[in-house]
This record gives sequence, C-alpha cells and structure tokens, in this order.
Amino acid sequence: MPTNTKHRRFVATAVAVTLGATTLAACGSSDDDSDAQSGPAKLTYWTWTPGMDKVVDLWNKGPGKEQQITVTVKKQASGDTLVTKILTAHKAGKGPDLVQAEYQALPTLVSNDAVADIAGEAGEAEGDFAEGVWQQTTLGTDAVYAIPQDIGPMMFYYREDLFKEYGLTVPTTWDEFAETARKLKEEAPDVDLTTFSANDSGLFAGLAQQAGAKWWTTEGQKWKVGIDDAATQKVADFWGGLVEEGAIDNQPMYTPAWNKALNTGKQIAWVSAVWAPGTLTTAAPDTAGKWKMAPLPQWSKSEDVTGSWGGSSTAVTTDSKHKEAAAKFATWLNTDQEALAALAKEGGIYPAATTAQLSEAFAEPPAYFSNQPDFYTRAAAIAKTTAPSAWGPNVNVAYTTFKDAFAAAAKDRSDFGAALTTMQDETVADLEKQGFEVAE
Amino acid sequence: MSTLAVRKSAPAAGTTPGTAQGPPARRRRIALVPTLTLVLGALYCLLPVAWVVIAATKSGRELFSTFTFLPGTGFADNLSDLNAYRDGVYWKWMGNSALYAGLGALLSTAVSAVSGYALAIYRFRGRETVFSILMAGVLMPPVILAIPQYLLLAKADLTDSYWSVLLPLVLSPYGVYLARIYAAAAVPGDVVEAGRMDGAGEWRIFTRIALPMMVPGLVTVFLFQFVAVWNNFLLPYIMLSDDEKFPITLGLFTLLEQGSNTPALYTLVITGALLAVLPLIALFLAVQRFWSLDLLSGAVKS
Repeated sequence: MPTNTKHRRFVATAVAVTLGATTLAACGSSDDDSDAQSGPAKLTYWTWTPGMDKVVDLWNKGPGKEQQITVTVKKQASGDTLVTKILTAHKAGKGPDLVQAEYQALPTLVSNDAVADIAGEAGEAEGDFAEGVWQQTTLGTDAVYAIPQDIGPMMFYYREDLFKEYGLTVPTTWDEFAETARKLKEEAPDVDLTTFSANDSGLFAGLAQQAGAKWWTTEGQKWKVGIDDAATQKVADFWGGLVEEGAIDNQPMYTPAWNKALNTGKQIAWVSAVWAPGTLTTAAPDTAGKWKMAPLPQWSKSEDVTGSWGGSSTAVTTDSKHKEAAAKFATWLNTDQEALAALAKEGGIYPAATTAQLSEAFAEPPAYFSNQPDFYTRAAAIAKTTAPSAWGPNVNVAYTTFKDAFAAAAKDRSDFGAALTTMQDETVADLEKQGFEVAE
Repeated sequence: MSTLAVRKSAPAAGTTPGTAQGPPARRRRIALVPTLTLVLGALYCLLPVAWVVIAATKSGRELFSTFTFLPGTGFADNLSDLNAYRDGVYWKWMGNSALYAGLGALLSTAVSAVSGYALAIYRFRGRETVFSILMAGVLMPPVILAIPQYLLLAKADLTDSYWSVLLPLVLSPYGVYLARIYAAAAVPGDVVEAGRMDGAGEWRIFTRIALPMMVPGLVTVFLFQFVAVWNNFLLPYIMLSDDEKFPITLGLFTLLEQGSNTPALYTLVITGALLAVLPLIALFLAVQRFWSLDLLSGAVKS
C-alpha cells in the first residue's frame, strides 16, 4: 500500500497549501475590522458606470481624505446577473459595502436582506430628488434603501426630416401615434414608424407605468400583483393591435437588423428614454443631427405623464461594517454638484438629483442632438412628470416571462392579452413559491 | 480514437477491393461526398471566425451599416482604442487569462498525471469506487458547481483572489480519466515491475519512467484544460469582484454590459475577442508536434 500513503501525503500537502493561502488572505483583510462607527474606513463599491473610478478619485482625494473614508471601485457588468452575484455574495457574507442597483432590483435585494436601511444616515437627501424617484428607494416605507443615482424618463424620438418628407406630425396622444403609424404605411409601405420589441421588459414596464399601472402593491402583509390590471391591459392591447394589423414592425430591437433599419430610415421613430442619444450614436451613426426628441404621447390630451425606463441607485449592503461611512459616500456621490458633474462627464449618466439636471454639464445638448439645443431643458421638464412606479420582489421573473410570452405573441402577431395573463400568473406563482403571501 | 479511424480510412478509400470494383470515375464521385461534407463543416466553423476577423477591421460607423464581409478601415483605431481603454486594462485581463489558463492547466495536468497513473497502475481497495466517483464528476457540468464552490471558498476567505479561480480547476475529473486511460495503455506493468526490481522507489519510477511515457497524453490533458479555462466564464464571474483580476471573458462582458445609458462597446469587444483567440491558436500550433507524436505512439502501443 505505498500508494495509499503517497496519495494521502499529497492530499495533506494540498490542504496545507490551501490553509496557508487562507491565513495570508485573512491577514490581508483583517485591517478593515476597525471601529464600526468612525475612524478610517475602507469601502468597496460594485458599479457598472463607466469612469466611476475617476469620480471616486475625487472623493478619495477630497471629502473622503478628510473623513478617512477610502472607496475602491470594483467594476461589474450590469444587469440581472449582477443581482444574482450580489445575493450569492451576501449569502456568504462577502458582499461589498456599496452596490449599484437598478430601481426594480431593490425590492429583491431588500427582501433578501442584502441592502441596509440608511434612513438615519441619509434620509435628509430626500429634498434633492423628485418625489416619484425617491419613492422608488423607500418602497413606500419609512426606510431608505438607496440613494437615487440616475433616471431614465421616457421620451419619443423621431426622424425630423423623414416626418416632414412623409407629411407626418409628431403625435401627442397614443391615438395620434396609431394614426401616424397607419398613415406612414400608406405613404411608404416598406417603412415602419417603429417596432414593438419584447427583448427589453423595461420598455413595456415604463409604458404601463405611464398608463397608471401598479404592478406590485402591498395589502397589509400580503403582496398584490396587478400586472394584468386595466392600465396594463390597455397598453398591451394598443401595441398588440398595432402589431396585428401590421402598422408597426414586430422585430426585436438592439439587433444589427434594427440598427440598420434606424440608420437607413426604415424605422423613423423610437419610444425610448433620456439615454437614447448614446444608443443612437452607435446604432445609427449616419443619421446624427436628423433626430428630434419630444414628450411621450399621452393617453388623453389633458394628461402629462411619462414612464421611466432604466435608472439606478447606490445602496449600502447589510454586510458592510461601515454603514455610516458608506451612506455618507453614497449621499455625496449622488447629491454633490462636483460629483454629479463628474458622473455626467465620465459616466454619461442622467442624474436623478433635480438640481443637477440643469447644471453646467447639461447646458449643451448631446452631440448627436446638436440640432436640438434645448434637449436637456426639455428633458428636465419631462423628468418632472415621471409617474410613480411600484416594483416587487420578483421583477426578474415577471421580466423573463414578459420576454418569452410577448416575444412569441409579437412574432405570431397574436393576442397580447393572453401573454399578459401568462405574465401575471407566473409572477404570482413565483411569489407564492418563494413563500410570500399573495392577495387575490 | 478518431485519428485512428482517419488513418485507417485514408488508405481504405484508395485501395480496398470494394471500391476497386467500380470504374475510376465512380471512385472519385464517392470521395466527393465526404469532401463536400468536410468543406461544409469547415465553412460552418470558419465563417464566424471570418466574421470576427472582418468585423474587427470596421470602425463603429461601419460595423452595422456596411456589408458584413466587406473589410472596414478602422482596425488600427480599434486596436489603439482597446489599448487605451482604462489605461490598458485589456492587457491585464489577457495576462490574468494566461495565468489562470496556464497555471491552472499545469496544476490540473499534474494532479491528473499523478492520480491517473495511480488509478491505472496500482491495485488497491476502493480503486474502482474512486474512479466511479470521478466518472460521475465528468458527467457533472462545472457550471452547477460554481456557486457551491463560491460558498466553500468564502468560508476559507479565499474569494476574489487568484486562488479562488485556480483551486476549483485543479481537480479535473475528465483529465484524471484521460490520464488513467492513457497510463493504462502507455505504461506497461512490466516496466514498472522492472523498475522495482532494480530498486527504484515508487516516486522515482513515476517521474523517471512512467511520466515520459505519458507525456503525449498529458499534453492532451493540458490543452483541454487550457482551452476550458481560457473560455471559462461562470466560475470567475461568481468568484471575482475586482476587475483587475478578471480574465478576458469577464472583461469583455463588462464592456458589453455597461448599463442602459451607455452604448455597448461593440468594436472594442470584437477586436478584443479576436486578439483573445490568437494565444489559443499559437498554443495549438506550438503543441501540434506533441500531438502527432501522440498519434504515432498511440498507434504503435495499441
């Protein structure tokens, strides 16, 4: 049996190596277990915003240096996968101190106890934000789970030159929008006003939000899911009808074909949000200066509301040993004028803080919209009209179901109502499976 | 195995009596079908590569607006943009990938060699059980293990370190399996016995006699592991949060997923993907001669 001992010795060595490395790692990280209240704090921050390291440098050299709070950026990829990663890290107690989180992901993080209530440390920041934006970080409670960073108020983008060429006017209501689509089909049968795409659930959620939908609400201790409420049904029927009659295209966005359609004038409008200039710059580079932005069409002439698509916040995790320091940084990052100007310049974000929306950084329109000098003035006015949103703990499930059910419905040009029912049922089923009580 | 088949069928196509019966023209037509199939297969594999090569030469303006297989004019710009992106973090990712894949594959090959040899040569109680468990490991997709491995390594405070990516790779069930099969075929029991008679210790027999015989098989294990680690995504994704430690797969992913208000850096990702393939190609070319040795020795031994 000489091999047995050999083998065992090898295993023992491997374990020894592992343990050695463990001790080393433990030595390296033990220095940030210092006083939890004040004193030097080293914070880690998971974010996907480009150039965030440069913004954080401002903190580390300025206010952070005075308060002995050093922040290290660990750049991440955005999206639902990051939420999973945060929750996995939280499960192991290895979460960073600060995370960037999209608004619709906050309830998921809160219900998993991954982000901390910082009402005590950062509650006074409320005044810097529009009510509808701030409410997304409180989830309608007294707690504050994050500081809003950027927002994505929805707008209507259209090719000014082609609208003129086809004799179209900019729609102000959704009825006019449908008429415009039909009229365009008569003028130029191979050109589409826009497409209904099921590959980004945020668009549909924003449209439903504009119509007044409240997808998740609480009733006592129970969740109530209203994905198939009247408002959402109205939105689904509207777009389903347009797709069914062929008035608009049914191909997904963000594909090379979609880029080409925008770039060559096969699609001449896009329902999008304030960040659209960035997307259009890569998708339709040859049409710079030919687009214009207008408010989203309304459901009735007297209304003036928009939905939001995208946007994110800065949250402090429950794993953080320096909650107060982390909250201080999060507040500075999203309310300090210098920080916000740097965020706009380096990260290209549209700030949630209302004072920053008209600051120096937004005096000039985006280069792609040089033909619309008042782009950001109008954007700030539109941002004020953002409808409140209501997110729940399993937005990811609703979004996934949306993609599957609506993509199939759009492809077959079939009834969107059935797809909506599927979305409602699966979301409720998942909530119940997760152990939440759901009100009927 | 497949190479053996090819070697056998190559002369077969020309000289077997079956095909000799027909006229020469017919023989050619028979050869046409496999040739066509192979050409189609090659096209299927190479078209995406060609796409990457050509797309990497296009500037952001040209990428989606010009004809797919029309070379663009932006290759030099793409390269310098990639080089300049966040002070050349791309090369850091490339270095990390090389470290994970190189060291990871080396360690895993070493473990595979030792365990494969032990399983093939020694007879001890529980040998088949150990081997069966390893075989079960072959059937288990590594993706499933990523999260449990993360939670385990978190207990040892090893997450977000180079070790967190290297350690889970060290034991490769497939590598052990290959090494065992290869050792059983390439290292005759008589040779080991002769070594013992001459008074060599077990370790000496392994390193001096068996290991050189196993080299071609181990090269295969090394290459398999290297490619697997180079392309690995989920394990480093879960383990690492510091993007200075990211391998290239993760780095390129962060370039794509920049949040809704920033466009994906397609041109950088495509150019980065093209450059990331080059080390693999170089490795295969460099190690090719060991592989042909593999074929020869395999054929002689069996």
